[in-house]
Amino acid sequence: MKYDELKVIANSMRKNILTMIYKAKSGHPGGSLSAVEIMVYLYYKEMKIDSPTDENRDRFVLSKGHGAPVLYAVLMEKGFISKDLIPTLRQIDSKLQGHPDMKKLPGVEASTGSLGQGLSIANGMALAFKLDKKPNRVFALLGDGEINEGMIWEAAMLASHYNLDNLTAVLDHNGLQIDGKNEDVMTIEPIDKKFEAFGWHVIKAEGHSFESLEKAFEERKTIKGKPAIIIADTIKGKGCSFMENQASWHGKAPNEGEFCKAMEEMGDIGDKTEGGGLNG
Amino acid sequence: MAKATREAYGEALKKLAASNPDIVVLDADLSGSTKTAEFKKVSPERFFNVGIAEQNLIGTAAGLSLAGKIPFASSFAMFAAGRAFEIIRNTVAYPALNVKIAATHAGLTVGEDGGSHQAVEDISLMRTIPNMVVINPADSREAEQAVLKAAEYVGPVYIRLGRMAVEDVYTDSYVFEWGKGVLLRDGKDVSIIAMGLMVQEALKAHEILKEEGINAKVINIHTIKPIDRNLIISAAKETKAIVTAEEHSIIGGLGSAVLEVLSDEYPVPLKRVGILDTFGESGKPKDLLEKYRLTADEIVRQVKEVIKL
Repeated sequence: MKYDELKVIANSMRKNILTMIYKAKSGHPGGSLSAVEIMVYLYYKEMKIDSPTDENRDRFVLSKGHGAPVLYAVLMEKGFISKDLIPTLRQIDSKLQGHPDMKKLPGVEASTGSLGQGLSIANGMALAFKLDKKPNRVFALLGDGEINEGMIWEAAMLASHYNLDNLTAVLDHNGLQIDGKNEDVMTIEPIDKKFEAFGWHVIKAEGHSFESLEKAFEERKTIKGKPAIIIADTIKGKGCSFMENQASWHGKAPNEGEFCKAMEEMGDIGDKTEGGGLNG
Repeated sequence: MAKATREAYGEALKKLAASNPDIVVLDADLSGSTKTAEFKKVSPERFFNVGIAEQNLIGTAAGLSLAGKIPFASSFAMFAAGRAFEIIRNTVAYPALNVKIAATHAGLTVGEDGGSHQAVEDISLMRTIPNMVVINPADSREAEQAVLKAAEYVGPVYIRLGRMAVEDVYTDSYVFEWGKGVLLRDGKDVSIIAMGLMVQEALKAHEILKEEGINAKVINIHTIKPIDRNLIISAAKETKAIVTAEEHSIIGGLGSAVLEVLSDEYPVPLKRVGILDTFGESGKPKDLLEKYRLTADEIVRQVKEVIKL
């Protein structure tokens, strides 16, 4: 698939993310929009996943579970879940829970939402595949604020101790968390040196560039015997001018005017949105 | 014969290593004490030490179960149920994953390590979580069977095990029934409902009371959740008075669970023998049981109180 086609998918996902959150009147737009290209690349270029139930599929764990809308959006594009679900996000009886619930929605590989727990889950999956000598690979998406959690570093130790080269973490490094900039809340830098010290192979990438992501994932394939993390620099709220780089858009929904402005900005490039838009 | 329930756990794991290729075992640097080392000896490739990291212990077990394995994760009860509570709640129980948490060194009988290591709240923590099965075996035979049955059951299970050797309650003919309480002695004057090593004390109390002309029913509730409601209600109806006994805080443990059933269905006077909203301390297990009144004599005393009500 060409980059231009991936861009069309990404744009459709952005609109669906905003529509879901606008209709729900709550949710996390900032960290969903920052991860769009990463998710598109994973689900369309990197992972082997023809269906959400195929035993041979690669596994994806959304460790930053509040990014649920970006996961739902990519599952919709893949056709694993229906776009009719868009207006149901966070509503009662919905399959689209505020944070991903694997019991309610096919395609969700693990229930997440409480930060710091997804990397351990991914480790467990990767250990099992190694034990069974299966080729399945495991991918986990972490938030940069999320790595404040101590459990992430317990998991980081384990992944290198057990040489989990079938595990790849991607860090959605948008630089912001709820209370502000990473460095003002809790210093996480130097992230690369920390993971290197924990025995990981570290790759840096531009998280909104498919070309850069491709280079990073291709480099990962050449590394044997250790886990790898792709630190993807991203922009929180990417694609929506007034949300970009604003910590205040971590966890609030746009009002009608803001929603319309955002949808207009995203334009109509090969629009595949169904059930989206104000009247969807 | 006296044997610790954790010893039985190690033996059960060895059997499972041979009988079920999907079983994997995880420990957090306590494998010699929790007895998971027994599994490692026979099946090292399916044993994972995660280091001193109990949150990761449970999270990794969750991931293994998602890829089709049946993980048994072990540490001391303080760290397994306490330190890792929220991971058990959100990552294991919320999606009802097939993870078994076998927590050893529960209760005061940890002994010399003292209050920091004596989990007297774990049953309370675990039974409040939806989807969770909670088991506290009374002796080594019951422990072994509970572990084997837990491996067959699909879903999260918490098994509470002890450090100290405990006398046998059962003979080889005993068959552990999932979720069923066990009537060990019949009686019409009072019911003593116990779990774990307090079952032995309840049996001794039964003998003391018999000599004084009081006939006490003795029931072992090895499965605190789901609890055997029918057995508890029928005991309440027959004897009109109950004493519960547990090596656990009287807040949220077996006594509370029995009270919940009775309050819903058939309230009768009830007294609780257990740890009275306090922390433990260092000491020999037997001395601690004596000091904190987890004894047959205390059960007898409470029986005499409750039948007056």
